[in-house]
Amino acid sequence: MDVLRFSTAGSVDDGKSTLIGRLMYDTKALRTDQLEAVERTSKRRGHDYLDLSLLTDGLKAEREQGITIDVAHIYFNTPRRKFIITDTPGHVEYTRNMVTGASNTNLAIILIDARHGVVEQTFRHYYIAWLLKIPQIVVAVNKMDLVDYAQERFDEITTEFRKFAGNLSHKGQEISFIPVNALGGDNVVYASEKLAWYEGKTLLEHLETVPIPVTANLTEARFPVQWVIRPQSEAHRDYRGYSGRVAGGSFSKGDEVMVLPSRKTSRIQSIDVLDGTLEQADHGRSVTIRLEDDIDISRGDMLVKPNNLPVISQDIQADLCWMGDEALNPAGRYLLQHAASRTPVKVRQFAYKVDPTTLEKDEEAGELALNEIGRVVLRSAKPLFYDDYGQNRANGAFVLIDEHSNNTVAAGMIAER
Amino acid sequence: MTDLKYLQELEDEAIYIMREVAAQFERPALLFSGGKDSITLVRLAEKAFRPGRFPFILLHVDTGHNFPETIDFRDRLVARIGERLEVRYVQTSIDQKKVKEESGKYASRNALQTVTLLDAIEELKLDACIGGARRDEEKARAKERVFSVRDEFGQWDAKRQRPELWNIYNGRIQIGENVRVFPISNWTELDVWNYIKKENLEIPSIYYAHRRKLVMRDGFLWPHSEFLNIEEGEPIVERSVRFRTVGDMTCTAAVESEADQIDQIIAEISASTITERGARIDDKRSETAMENRKEAGYF
Repeated sequence: MDVLRFSTAGSVDDGKSTLIGRLMYDTKALRTDQLEAVERTSKRRGHDYLDLSLLTDGLKAEREQGITIDVAHIYFNTPRRKFIITDTPGHVEYTRNMVTGASNTNLAIILIDARHGVVEQTFRHYYIAWLLKIPQIVVAVNKMDLVDYAQERFDEITTEFRKFAGNLSHKGQEISFIPVNALGGDNVVYASEKLAWYEGKTLLEHLETVPIPVTANLTEARFPVQWVIRPQSEAHRDYRGYSGRVAGGSFSKGDEVMVLPSRKTSRIQSIDVLDGTLEQADHGRSVTIRLEDDIDISRGDMLVKPNNLPVISQDIQADLCWMGDEALNPAGRYLLQHAASRTPVKVRQFAYKVDPTTLEKDEEAGELALNEIGRVVLRSAKPLFYDDYGQNRANGAFVLIDEHSNNTVAAGMIAER
Repeated sequence: MTDLKYLQELEDEAIYIMREVAAQFERPALLFSGGKDSITLVRLAEKAFRPGRFPFILLHVDTGHNFPETIDFRDRLVARIGERLEVRYVQTSIDQKKVKEESGKYASRNALQTVTLLDAIEELKLDACIGGARRDEEKARAKERVFSVRDEFGQWDAKRQRPELWNIYNGRIQIGENVRVFPISNWTELDVWNYIKKENLEIPSIYYAHRRKLVMRDGFLWPHSEFLNIEEGEPIVERSVRFRTVGDMTCTAAVESEADQIDQIIAEISASTITERGARIDDKRSETAMENRKEAGYF
């Protein structure tokens, strides 16, 4: 069965959690005890309806305030597909959670309250989805009941959204628009008479049938070495295996490989897994590779193919989503974690800060505060082996870590091209 | 329907996480309870590190109220894989007067084990504990990261979790802090069962249907044992049951079942109308029972 990973984004009270609750309720993905708990709490709060947001808003503070604070992961399936949802908060101060939630997905649902239309947050959410290169976007115009299910209102919002989105390039990204009423259940799982003018798919139908884009990279063979297996035991005296997860392309037994940074070459003697060996390991597989020659290799090194090298450089041009409470300090030092390596970096050049609502670039800004997005050139203490994020997510993404607090303070997407 | 391609993806991710733990931490441990999730973790560790040894110990916090079948199973498994197991006992914490045994009809050692675990972390100087918690189990767990940083009191602060992006796990911590790592975060109950089937893993016999003496209380079937405070007049019955999750004998309810083969169990779970933790009495104490325990350092 296919698996679709999707995230939700929207402003506070746009009804994200209610929409997910509705999807699960109407597809009968809920179990009796979950449903009873929601019924009990809804009644205790004096609601005359089922508060489906209670299903995903699991934390005390969330239930008290009726908001989503942190990313929740939800798993459900219909006979046609398996779904993994990351429900992310809409608060402006929680934008970092949207990035967290969306980084592993291949579809993003952006919610818009039909009464308020496209708001500043909508631009921000879309810009992040665009930056993360999420291939499928669904704009769900919610609370259609509160605008009398009016087609004109839906069309207005669609037009406004398209106008903004049109300013960005869309290679490999598709945008769909769907009107819904999550609270009442119109057009979520079941088509609704009230939206008779709408001829497209319901939200669920769309999620069940949208092509699942391939995010795996098929051409640039990359194998970051995570761990070296050297048992030095009686039975395996000379065993020396390099463990890791293929981060692009594929590796086969007998392939010539180059080790970075030493640039020494060898051939693959064997690709080992617990119960035997593989002829070939594709992107995503966790395996252990043995080479024909004894080469000094440790964590952070990378196996690649000599005819297709990554960029090998100490200068990294990248877009940053800043997530730290303290702003980016252009004179500061950070740790950059990429593939299996962690390296000190400095900011070599601050290119610009972007305003996600106008797309204006501010070259004078000089710093990035929490939730701001900008482009920088970083200088690392030793060379990194990387690819452009758009070409290979796995080898083009990194995080920055604050050396003092140890917090993850930025998401980075390498912009080589 | 078993989807081998998807199980492979989950396995690859979990192995990757295990190896990140090995590389990023100095003294990790795998928390082993003898339940199906920790048995799955042990298999994943074999996949990640063989033919080498595990770069961590196995740690069991023994409440003293375990099912005897689980302890028996634990010891056989450890003997087979040849790795080091450390056991720490809740009874020791009680004897040291660090915790007090609960009293009354609902007495359980579930909450007490947190103290024993935190003591073990300090004693063994552990900087990372690998656990088998899954996000589909419970709504507070659905919010937890794969690398979950705890302060020196073991506390989880849901509002200050580190962002976790792509497959990049930041395990840097201050001295005294530690990280709980959940390699099977993204697995569902059904995924675990399908994996047990695919890998042909042995699991404790109580997961399969068997006849057992039970106490009927509050609509649950409680396993009859010397640890359960049974009140006069509570009906005691014998039924064919199995356990869907394995905690203490005082907080795990049985479900009626005739399923004594793994295929039957998988069919039963697929059709079940209640969740896995619906039979965990420890979660029924309040709406946010899991979050409250997690904040206090529970696993």
